[in-house]
Amino acid sequence: MTFFEARNITKKFSTHLALDNVSIHVPKGSIYGLLGPNGAGKTSLIRIINRITAPDSGEVFFDDRPMNETDISRIGYLPEERGLYKKMKVGEQALYLARLKGLSKADAISRLRVWFEKLEMNNWWDKKIEELSKGMAQKVQFIVSMLHEPELLILDEPFSGFDPVNAGLLKQEVLKQKALGRTIILSTHDMASVEELCDYITLINKSKAVLEGKVDDIRAKYKSNKFEIVYSGNVGALSGALAGNYLLEASGIKDNGHSYAIIGMGNRQAGNDLLKLLISVVDIHSFREILPSMNEVFIAAVRNSIN
Amino acid sequence: MGKLKYIIAREYTTRVRKKAFIVMTILGPVLFAALMIAPAWIAQVEDNDLKEIAVIEIDNIGKPVPDSLMILKGVFENSKQLKFTFLGSTTYSQAEGIVRNTGYYAALIVRHNVLLSGDKVSVEVLSKKQLSYGVEAQIRSALETYIYNRKLVAYNVTADILKSLNTKVYVVTTKIDSEGAKGQGNINIKRGVGYFSGFLVYIFIFFFGAQVMRGVVEEKSNRILEVIITSVKPFQLMMGKIIGIGMVGLTQFLIWVVLSLFIFFGAEAFMVNRKMASLQTQQQPTELFQSKSLPAQNTAPPIEEIDVSAFMKDIYEIDFFVVIGAFLFYFIGGYLLYAAMFAAIGAAVDSETDTQQFMLPVTIPLIVSIIVMMNAITNPEGQLAFWFSIIPFTSPIVMMARIGFEIPWHQLVLSTALLIATFIFMTWFAGKIYRTGILMYGKKTGYKEIIKWMRYR
Repeated sequence: MTFFEARNITKKFSTHLALDNVSIHVPKGSIYGLLGPNGAGKTSLIRIINRITAPDSGEVFFDDRPMNETDISRIGYLPEERGLYKKMKVGEQALYLARLKGLSKADAISRLRVWFEKLEMNNWWDKKIEELSKGMAQKVQFIVSMLHEPELLILDEPFSGFDPVNAGLLKQEVLKQKALGRTIILSTHDMASVEELCDYITLINKSKAVLEGKVDDIRAKYKSNKFEIVYSGNVGALSGALAGNYLLEASGIKDNGHSYAIIGMGNRQAGNDLLKLLISVVDIHSFREILPSMNEVFIAAVRNSIN
Repeated sequence: MGKLKYIIAREYTTRVRKKAFIVMTILGPVLFAALMIAPAWIAQVEDNDLKEIAVIEIDNIGKPVPDSLMILKGVFENSKQLKFTFLGSTTYSQAEGIVRNTGYYAALIVRHNVLLSGDKVSVEVLSKKQLSYGVEAQIRSALETYIYNRKLVAYNVTADILKSLNTKVYVVTTKIDSEGAKGQGNINIKRGVGYFSGFLVYIFIFFFGAQVMRGVVEEKSNRILEVIITSVKPFQLMMGKIIGIGMVGLTQFLIWVVLSLFIFFGAEAFMVNRKMASLQTQQQPTELFQSKSLPAQNTAPPIEEIDVSAFMKDIYEIDFFVVIGAFLFYFIGGYLLYAAMFAAIGAAVDSETDTQQFMLPVTIPLIVSIIVMMNAITNPEGQLAFWFSIIPFTSPIVMMARIGFEIPWHQLVLSTALLIATFIFMTWFAGKIYRTGILMYGKKTGYKEIIKWMRYR
């Protein structure tokens, strides 16, 4: 079921087209990745979703009806350009931002206490923002963006600026939000976190959506039809068995002493046939299909869209 | 609307709690009062120890005058700080010894032959330290008065003649309005009211308008804006800031008024006490000359006679209902108009140093207002004063300069209506610039760019 949809969004600034007929369909309870090189139009799209700016044409839908002013309270937004009032105290500031989101004072305080506990920030309440490190301040912002328990969470580069420990902590929180049934739009350059978290993606390049779909489908689509085997045995026997039907693209010795080989399937598709063939020749330790990383997909797709 | 209240509250409380605000609020009037009171106070402190001055007279042939024949007795007034002691039959060289070896602060040596020698007379003072200016002035003025009176006697001028020499001129202005009723008015009080209130509006607009601008720039460079504008509309945020800071200004202003009144009345009481004291001391030489059948009026410097009842009448003649009402209206209206422009400037730039190029259109009308105000105070019915008190960008300041002089009501209505309309338009206009500007980073903005923003949806 499509929870959130942007249909045929076009946005023009005086000199350039920021978004050209871009559509996205975000299923309920999914993590949706919004990818693209710098300046592709991601932030413009997110601002339109947040009603910060209006599109020149196209429309945004929530639950299959056009989004209206009140829907904004169902969104939690962590912008890429984010900051806090430096001179204000952490607690005061979080409370202020929560109340602007419509939470009552009592609710805001009790929820903040829970979050502060969870993210190990208990003694921060009376600290001024200027006393915190950048990462610490980002944690506060992260909390504020989801304090009002929004159904749709939009995170723009949420993990940049965090150390691996805290980035991991926040990724766990994002997954927990998903488990609670909330929908998340994640805009990022960090392809590792896309592989880790996202169910669906849209890749925007030069104002256009060039790739959209399930992460697994996209990776499958971009796979180069190669397998890697790790084995013990004679490389000569292996290449002899492959000759004619398959292509031995690379072979060598791994650090642990095992041999490996990368085998191109040519026009054959079934991995099982290859496996049957090899079992009789060498001792196989592992056998896996090589899927492209999201990084490779990203680069390939951007390159394709240019050509 | 509900969220606007949180924004106003934040803008207000964070500023009011700042140390700078508290210090300025308390110190403002204190500093101002200190500037007026301190010199008087310091002068008083300095003179607290008693100085004794020996007076020695030497007659026409160079011989010391014995005590019984001394002529300057009673000429000098003794005070808490200064005591004159007449030493009869003392020679010049004895005087030197007295100053050097005894507790006398100084010795004043007056030679009788020079006293009536012409219009320039000199006397000699021997002292261990440099004579203080106050003591010197006191000696000089006492002797001048004494010689003046001696000369009058020499010219056979009587007390009656002297009395008739002094004339005081009062200028009574009678204003005749169209209904034929006559009213008397003191122009100076009206000018004073106009000047003071016009200037206050000017300072308020500049000081707190600039704070709005700085606040917007701060939010922009903090990168907090994008977080906030998903919760509230940019327009709400802008209005919250303008209203919140305006309230800070009003708070500070109110505290200043209360503190100033407090200090003013305190200072007045202080000054009156001092004046009374000096009046009493001035009476002494008077008695002296009366005993010598000389008129007293001239001896003391003429004390400004203030006709208190006329002053109060002039004050009451000003329609304070109109003046205070207009002041509050133009005070707030002018601030709102300019604060919207300041907010737009803040939104258009990345840092405070970039604000210069946009400041000109805002500061020029303000400075023109002040210049026209100076003119309007002396010529409140002139064409210049009229037009600039109608134009909304200058009316808050210029109209205040005219307000003491009974402005025709249709002019007031026109001026206020225009100010309200312009304020609403300017807020809308600023809101458009603000909305786009706050999301623009890193680009150098020009006027062309800003005009383009108006067309964005």
